[in-house]
Amino acid sequence: MHELAVTESVIDAISAQLSDMRVTVVRLEIGKLSGVMPDAVRFCFELAGEGTCVEGARLDITEPDGTGECRACGSVFPARDPLALCPCGSAEVTVTGGAELTIKAVEVADHV
Amino acid sequence: MCETCGCDAGDAARLTAVGGGAAHAHPHPHPHERVIVLDHRVLSHNDDLAARNRAWLAERGILALNVMSSPGSGKTTLLERTVADLSPSGPVAVIEGDQETVLDARRLAAAGASTVQVNTGSGCHLDAAMVSGALAELAPPDGATVFVENVGNLVCPALFDLGERARVVLMSVTEGADKPLKYPHMFRGADVLLLNKIDLLPYVDFDVDACRDAARRLCPGLRMLPVSATRGDGLGDWYDWLDEQARPVAG
Repeated sequence: MHELAVTESVIDAISAQLSDMRVTVVRLEIGKLSGVMPDAVRFCFELAGEGTCVEGARLDITEPDGTGECRACGSVFPARDPLALCPCGSAEVTVTGGAELTIKAVEVADHV
Repeated sequence: MCETCGCDAGDAARLTAVGGGAAHAHPHPHPHERVIVLDHRVLSHNDDLAARNRAWLAERGILALNVMSSPGSGKTTLLERTVADLSPSGPVAVIEGDQETVLDARRLAAAGASTVQVNTGSGCHLDAAMVSGALAELAPPDGATVFVENVGNLVCPALFDLGERARVVLMSVTEGADKPLKYPHMFRGADVLLLNKIDLLPYVDFDVDACRDAARRLCPGLRMLPVSATRGDGLGDWYDWLDEQARPVAG
């Protein structure tokens, strides 16, 4: 369950910069080919976030596709898994991208 | 007033971009909250440590290999044999990763390697910080070969760069030939695939060509080396491959 380590890295990185703020939303990008399960991250986030600046924050996750390039017909298409098939039917596909694992942004409650 | 662009948004929230001059988007989100753009790679801390390990190893001419497989594929047996065969011609060391026990470290020390055991407890993989600590403890001599035997797991270790020169993935003929398709991330990142226990091929239903094809669907051109760590078949090819890795990278 590497998602726990991944989630702890997310919380550590945010806490290092914003420990004195109350974070209300965390926006993550988890590529479809990153090998990380968004649902498992959601599960871990709630537990690992307790007592930190992200406690109670909402987690918004976007999941970008990778890119498949067919070595048979040359077409380029969105790849949603590492074994993507080309629309032409070929399995001779080189898959790139889709491995994003990034904290895009956070929303913090203002000091009013 | 908006802190970023100075626009008068009245009671609307302020949108603040931090770091890298990120685009300042309008309209603003709901009141009393602001957005802080981070664009922070989640594994950057591990990747930075891995880069530091890689530089440390390169300065000393040390070849480090990340050896990964499911439990029971024969990583430790392969390394026992490799250590015994290679240590007469140069220093060989092992960083041994397991959840618990020092059993494997004892086996490898008995085979002739200086060995450090890393017990990950509840952890399912090694990370760059663990390897950094183990390297400091191990203090391998210049020019050594260091095998990092990862925790037996085909899922989680795939994600964590340790600073190795190459990734060695091992599987055995007592597993399914379709295993690469089931664990694509591991095989996609492999630099070489060792197919172990080929001495058992007469007794099991395992299609070597199908396994090679499956692995190459994920990693085109991946080299597969059939070996038997217990009987010694194919180990010459494995040692030749290690020699190739040890050569300085051109340029």
